[in-house]
Amino acid sequence: MNKSLVTSVLLAMMLAACSSKPVKNAPVVEDKSPAQTTTSQSSDSASTSGVQNSSMSVNPLTDPNNILSKRSVYFDFDKDEVKPEYRDLVNAHAKYLVEHPDAKVILQGNTDERGTREYNLALGQRRAVAVKQVLNLQGVSDKQIETISYGEEKPQAAGSDEAAYSKNRRADIVYQGE
Amino acid sequence: MNKLRLLLSFFLLALPLAGNAALTIEIVGGAAQQIPIAVVPFAKTPGAQDDIATVVGADLRRSGLFRVLETRGVVNQPHDLPEVKYPEWAAIQAQALTIGSVETLPGGRLKVSFRLLDVLKQNQLAGLEFNISASQQRATAHKIADIIYEKLTGEPGVFSTRIAYITKTAGRYALQVADADGYNPQTVMSSNEPVISPRWSPDGTKLAYVSYEKKKPIVFVQSLVTGQRNVVANFKGNNSAPAWSPDGSRLAIVLTHSANSQVYVINADGTGLKQLTYTTSIDTEPFFSPDGSVIYFTSNRGGGPQIYRMASTGGDAKRMTFDGNYNVSPRISPDGKTLAYIKQDSGKFRVAVQDIASGQVQILSDTAQDESPSFAPNGRMILYATSISGRGALAAVSADGRVKQRLSETGGDVREPAWGPAAN
Repeated sequence: MNKSLVTSVLLAMMLAACSSKPVKNAPVVEDKSPAQTTTSQSSDSASTSGVQNSSMSVNPLTDPNNILSKRSVYFDFDKDEVKPEYRDLVNAHAKYLVEHPDAKVILQGNTDERGTREYNLALGQRRAVAVKQVLNLQGVSDKQIETISYGEEKPQAAGSDEAAYSKNRRADIVYQGE
Repeated sequence: MNKLRLLLSFFLLALPLAGNAALTIEIVGGAAQQIPIAVVPFAKTPGAQDDIATVVGADLRRSGLFRVLETRGVVNQPHDLPEVKYPEWAAIQAQALTIGSVETLPGGRLKVSFRLLDVLKQNQLAGLEFNISASQQRATAHKIADIIYEKLTGEPGVFSTRIAYITKTAGRYALQVADADGYNPQTVMSSNEPVISPRWSPDGTKLAYVSYEKKKPIVFVQSLVTGQRNVVANFKGNNSAPAWSPDGSRLAIVLTHSANSQVYVINADGTGLKQLTYTTSIDTEPFFSPDGSVIYFTSNRGGGPQIYRMASTGGDAKRMTFDGNYNVSPRISPDGKTLAYIKQDSGKFRVAVQDIASGQVQILSDTAQDESPSFAPNGRMILYATSISGRGALAAVSADGRVKQRLSETGGDVREPAWGPAAN
């Protein structure tokens, strides 16, 4: 009994402190992420390595005439199979990664908005893994690939119809440093 | 002694409060039999601005279990026992009556006195005095409402609890904590990248959540006392779906490494990782039973997503849901008897409950895009996220489906609510 009273008093003191501190501390956390977000936007590093390795004046990864600039693989509803029309795209990235063993990609799975966030996160992951498996089959090392999922958090298209949903069921190929 | 304990537990909740609400609450339904209660405005001395009785009345009304009577027509407005004329309150069908006063003490503190009276038996059910600072009036009102609720329904009230939720306003995500009535919202953290899955530690001093601020999902635990936060899980792939063990020492989490989502447990300080599921399917959304012996989770090992349970040390899983092809997001009531979850029903996502012993299923909500169910600490209400007019909003439904509330935020999307634990 006495112990629980002491605990209560301690908790009371902690919570009394809490009332003012979260407000004071929140901006500290707040300041971190936007800074990182803006610094990681730079694509300079990717373009530099492109110049070195291919001796071209344009980075193949960002050249709009190069298939490597295409980064999204779209999926059918509730499916995680890479459709034939995206094979050339994925194979081109596989070839690039094999030729550039220092290059790394993050495969980001996405879903449409239907269903719950955590389950969609898991569904999006399946799509990232499906693209990874194609890359692996072409000889890309696991060390060059990280698969993650945004679930329903990063739709390419707004709206609640099939036109939007079909843009949002996808896996994006993002090179490290981009 | 009882009074001392009550006072101490009151101080637990006595956060300095300002009176602004971000969430407004609309009550859609009510219990079949509501308790008629008269809440007489408290006597006030100058310096006591807030009317405590108004907050008490709003709390009781919001629960759906009380009919708060209009008292202005009653001639005598008593503030202490000798002034109470019971027949006048019996005449307006009041079963219970609350009276009280707020008195300014030297130095600016306030003395709040309150009595709960049984009109039929003409006796006192509760009587308390609080010595508070001026900023503690709303918290005191919630504590008084909790006492009234418990005396008249036999169950503990949850008016003094807090809720956490995520807002998205102009592309920015914020994890916020507010009083259970939506007042006093405070931002715990915010980011331009998604923040999902906030979960209260069992003692209410910490929040676990998933943040994408490093361009991938990482599980953090943040202290609400100091604001300090720690990375609990930042492994290759996804780190998500945190769920606290009832003793607060561990978290069940979901990791992917290079493959599909699987359930793990990890100590709250990020040490001692242990894998619990070993499948090629999706296993996610773990949730501990109140005694800590069982973990409920969502898996598509049988085709579509269904809810399963296993020992919290891992091992064989038993399927729990059979009705329908999409049942996800398991949460267990504080008494361990009811499973709440999200069920797809004719293309709509709704809050459902299943009696764990009998397997009987009831769909509770009449909204269409429901997510993230969360039991109140007394098990009476389930808070959840839904969509109203194309915008994310919070709603609550009683575990029997009779009482429905909608909580809307001005300005942006509000999502992923989590009801905090009881304060003591």
